[in-house]
Amino acid sequence: MSFGQRHLLGIEPLHPVEISTILDLAEHYVSLNRGASKHGDALSGLTQINMFFEASTRTQASFELAGKRLGADVMNMAMQASSLKKGETLIDTALTLNAMHPDLLVVRHPHSGAVDLLAQKVNCAVLNAGDGRHEHPTQALLDALTIRRAKGRLHRLSIAICGDIAHSRVARSNILLLGKMENRVRLVGPPTLMPAGIAEFGVEVYEDMAEGLRDVDVVMMLRLQKERMDGGFIPSEREYYHRYGLDAEKLRAAKPDAIVMHPGPMNRGVEIDGEIADDINRSVIQEQVEMGVAVRMAAMDLLARNLRAAPKEVWA
Amino acid sequence: MARTLFANAVLVDPVALTQRPGAVLVEDGVIIDRFDVPGPDVPTAGVIDCGGKCLAPGIVDLGVKVCEPGERHKESYRSAGLAAAAGGITTMITRPDTLPAIDTPETLEFVTRRANEAAPVNVLCMAALTKGREGREMTEIGFLMDAGAVAFTDCDRVVTDTKVLSRALTYARSLGALVLGHQQDPGLSRGAAATSGKFASLRGLPGVSAMAERMALDRDISLVEMTGARYHADQITTARALPALRRAKRNGVDLTAGTSIHHLTLNEFDVADYRTFFKLKPPLRAEDDRVAVVEAVREGLIDVVCSMHTPQDEESKRLPFEEAASGAVGLETLLPASMRLHHSDGLDLAVLFRAMSLNPAKRLGLPCGRLDKGAPADLILFDPHAPFILDRWTMRSKSKNTPFDGARLQGRVLGTWVGGTRVHGGANA
Repeated sequence: MSFGQRHLLGIEPLHPVEISTILDLAEHYVSLNRGASKHGDALSGLTQINMFFEASTRTQASFELAGKRLGADVMNMAMQASSLKKGETLIDTALTLNAMHPDLLVVRHPHSGAVDLLAQKVNCAVLNAGDGRHEHPTQALLDALTIRRAKGRLHRLSIAICGDIAHSRVARSNILLLGKMENRVRLVGPPTLMPAGIAEFGVEVYEDMAEGLRDVDVVMMLRLQKERMDGGFIPSEREYYHRYGLDAEKLRAAKPDAIVMHPGPMNRGVEIDGEIADDINRSVIQEQVEMGVAVRMAAMDLLARNLRAAPKEVWA
Repeated sequence: MARTLFANAVLVDPVALTQRPGAVLVEDGVIIDRFDVPGPDVPTAGVIDCGGKCLAPGIVDLGVKVCEPGERHKESYRSAGLAAAAGGITTMITRPDTLPAIDTPETLEFVTRRANEAAPVNVLCMAALTKGREGREMTEIGFLMDAGAVAFTDCDRVVTDTKVLSRALTYARSLGALVLGHQQDPGLSRGAAATSGKFASLRGLPGVSAMAERMALDRDISLVEMTGARYHADQITTARALPALRRAKRNGVDLTAGTSIHHLTLNEFDVADYRTFFKLKPPLRAEDDRVAVVEAVREGLIDVVCSMHTPQDEESKRLPFEEAASGAVGLETLLPASMRLHHSDGLDLAVLFRAMSLNPAKRLGLPCGRLDKGAPADLILFDPHAPFILDRWTMRSKSKNTPFDGARLQGRVLGTWVGGTRVHGGANA
């Protein structure tokens, strides 16, 4: 078992072996979660604080459940409503929380790099639950676990990530992770939703959906934010659905056993056809949610082990 | 006043573009003679032995922000003046992007008085081009010139309305006023924190295309051609803008261009893990751009190199990258950083001082910036090789937001003289 990180801030600093370590341990937690008694004790005695500066239901619930199942004391802080409104800076908030001696800090923030900044100022382990359009590492890990279980491997697969790549932290973390594990990654979407310099990421870029999905093993759809639909980045919702929405017709280009993924929440009829999303033979969207809890349990377990193994003064 | 001989020096001459042993004779704050031998036999009262180090005309820093009025806790004329003296800057040309903006003769007079009381170096002020830097109505350009404004600029706020800008330029032309513009298309650069490209995408930072600079430069060149105004582009930082600049100069447009030392010595990757001291306006560019701009300074296409000194307090930098304030201090690091261009990029010292001293002085019609007879004795003595590691807490600026904290630098100012009076350095160098 090899995992040398103090924080989980992104996929970028992870070694492929560390990724496999998380996924292997997560498999163990999948079994635990499916059992009658779902209690572990990897985090017992530890305090986990969830700080969400951006609204979240599923990710926050998933982290909360993961912590509770492993015996941590979990506290949720709805940061949109709190002291930030009173003008307190991010760093002051972090220092205040730090004084309460948490062991695990789960942070989501609307600005890229904010979680890195926070991690420099506290002496607990920090997990990035999404920062701006930078990274969302646990989402990429749960996607990886889902793919590995469905396809039996996590290498030499052809994977298409479709939709709003430019604003997506999920896309960035997935591009990095799937690249590290030696897969072929294709990006499909309108050029207005592609980040600059994307060709240098070691990915193939397609503007035509049918061409981009040809013979892929995995189709990963991304959520399109409502505020991007009205003429700013794409002309309209219906034109987007026509050209880039995943329906049975477009999916025919992929391999017959290709799986369909979506990080949720879905916009049915915008980026994905409802029938595809519910097709139990193709869609693994519900499984992704299940894997999310297991992967977060594994990540927090590994970070807690490093936390306990480290000499105290190093953290001061 | 007695005569002083600066003997045994290496004279860096930005006019002749030479660097050779010699000596300079100063009387009453003016250079009265120059010698090609290091120890000429002249009857003088005092001799300053330069110890074989470089003697150059003091730097004329075009575009320094001193935060008076409004934010004196970030930088005052006293602290900026001491920092400038320590950095070999003998003339600061200050920016009007204060709170409130320097847009009336009354504010300008206040600032000029403060500057003369507090700063040991020469201070000349620029004033805003439009009232409140809002881009709607031009300021009282004539009155402001009478009060001592040497140039007009809205700094990093681009005048978006071309009608307003063309009228301001036309009016400025009639008075012979110099106008400085910032090259950044306002629409394309909205919300940007980095230059778009692989790095910005990896870090998830909103980016602006390097093309935004050329678009703005193209627009301004057209307006300058139309109005005949005297114009200086404050910071050209991308390769793509250079052909437009070259073409305009060849066509005889009264145009000069500058760039900041940070864009010449750093690139976008220096931001690394969201280090906000590297957040600048315009944002740091790709290495190809940096190299192209260094070449443009070498050949003289870019005329001026400045520090673009922008003090920011700790609070405005200790924020997530997108929210953090832009800008870096540079008065004390301009010379050592420019020595990187000498040591690593092979720029001659004389070429550097042409860009840092001679050209800005010429553009503003100042007699300084040269080692010729009759020029004011604004001199700096420096060792281009002296190595040191910068500790930002030792800097004289009130704000410590330098991107060179902890950097290994070469080049130290040993002495600074303004009008023949020593304002920095030991008792006798």
